[in-house]
Amino acid sequence: MTRTRFHQELEELKHRILAMAGMAEQAVDLSVQAYSQRDIAMCQRVLNNEPAINRAEREVDEFAVDLLAMQQPMAIDLRFILAVIKINADLERVGDQAVNIAQRVLHLVEYAPKDLPVDIPAMASKVRKMVRDALQCFIEGDADQAKRVLEADDEVDRMNKEAFANLSACMQDHPDSAAQALDALSIARNLERVADHATNIAEDVIFWIRGADVRHHAGQTASRI
Amino acid sequence: MATAVEVRDLKAWFGKTEALHGINMSVESNHATAVIGPSGCGKSTFIRCLNRMHETNPEAKAEGEVRIGGVDVYDVPAVDVRRRVGMVFQKPNPFPTMSIYDNVAAGLKLNGTRNRKTLDDAVERSLQQAALWDEVKDVLKKKSGASLSGGQQQRLCIARALAVNPEVMLMDEPASALDPISTAKIEDLIFELKQKLTIVIVTHNMQQASRVAEYTGFFLMGNLVEFDKTEKIFTNPSDKRTEDYITGRFG
Repeated sequence: MTRTRFHQELEELKHRILAMAGMAEQAVDLSVQAYSQRDIAMCQRVLNNEPAINRAEREVDEFAVDLLAMQQPMAIDLRFILAVIKINADLERVGDQAVNIAQRVLHLVEYAPKDLPVDIPAMASKVRKMVRDALQCFIEGDADQAKRVLEADDEVDRMNKEAFANLSACMQDHPDSAAQALDALSIARNLERVADHATNIAEDVIFWIRGADVRHHAGQTASRI
Repeated sequence: MATAVEVRDLKAWFGKTEALHGINMSVESNHATAVIGPSGCGKSTFIRCLNRMHETNPEAKAEGEVRIGGVDVYDVPAVDVRRRVGMVFQKPNPFPTMSIYDNVAAGLKLNGTRNRKTLDDAVERSLQQAALWDEVKDVLKKKSGASLSGGQQQRLCIARALAVNPEVMLMDEPASALDPISTAKIEDLIFELKQKLTIVIVTHNMQQASRVAEYTGFFLMGNLVEFDKTEKIFTNPSDKRTEDYITGRFG
């Protein structure tokens, strides 16, 4: 009763979502680079690539739904497909956040550069590592590593709060920098959201591998799906 | 939880070949319990031990305890056990020359019931419970059991088993020879029947097990590998062998 073809299709689903993950990761990388280099062309590339991510999301969803309907998966296979559907939505939103960052950069470059009390590249570096680690856990099916991604989110949350406090103070103290500070604040918030999506991906990996629902600190075994 | 069937250290043999290696299972009353596993794993042998059908094979023997209502089925006559534990097989097997009515009444008549009113009432009640009454009520004595469709024949066999008011109903792949509509009727029927009795169903169809049964046991090479709530077995089984089987990674 070995279901060779079905398991090949699960592999195909994994390849497809990883291809989409590559696009979403690249969008974040580009948008952060665009911020650092104040590069309009890079922003434009992020905006131009978004429809491809959206298209990939639809294709992955359709493929996953077809497998659910046609193959009636069970246990770890069922959990894998459900995880992929959720990861798919998270990756699409990662792409949206990259677009938001790019739009903010396009706005920011209209103003003179200011020395702002926020280290966006440092925050971006942590966030990109979280995304990369979450996807690596997915590739390897490593629930232990996924737990470490969850822990990393606390650090990004802290950086976002710090950015909010410092940039709010900056806006009050230096009204002439308000526009730039507001853009930076939004970018920090967008990066924090990307980290949240990376966290969701890590939680989905834990669900797939262990059948455990760790969302919202549920910490209990999923007995019903 | 009330236990309908308590199985302890059940072993079964065909000749010198041990087919079951000491099964322990508690079957909950008024629920459906599915038994799954690859061909030759012992699942049919297991349920045939529950009503002592196993020993109808001259080469076969069984050892251990099967308590139904607290009484070990091996301490009482087999015919009494089969009155309390009905069975439905993969292939519908109505008595071909008997009318629909006589098919359903056969068990009662065998037990000595002769009163016409009692028989009429039992036939109607059993056919109602088997969801066949509306389809056959006008031809009860005119048509033979064999004249019905496959799905109707299977429900007739269920009605025949129900007529003697069993406490437990064993079903050995009851829908595997039926089309999807007849299968759905049998599954609906299982849902209704477990309000009144306890069902143990052997099935190769895991979707069917997940639809009809609250509990599922996975058998492999004569062992009960895992027994748990059905939703646990099909979403997150504890044993790797169960997972490999239900996800089609071996078999």
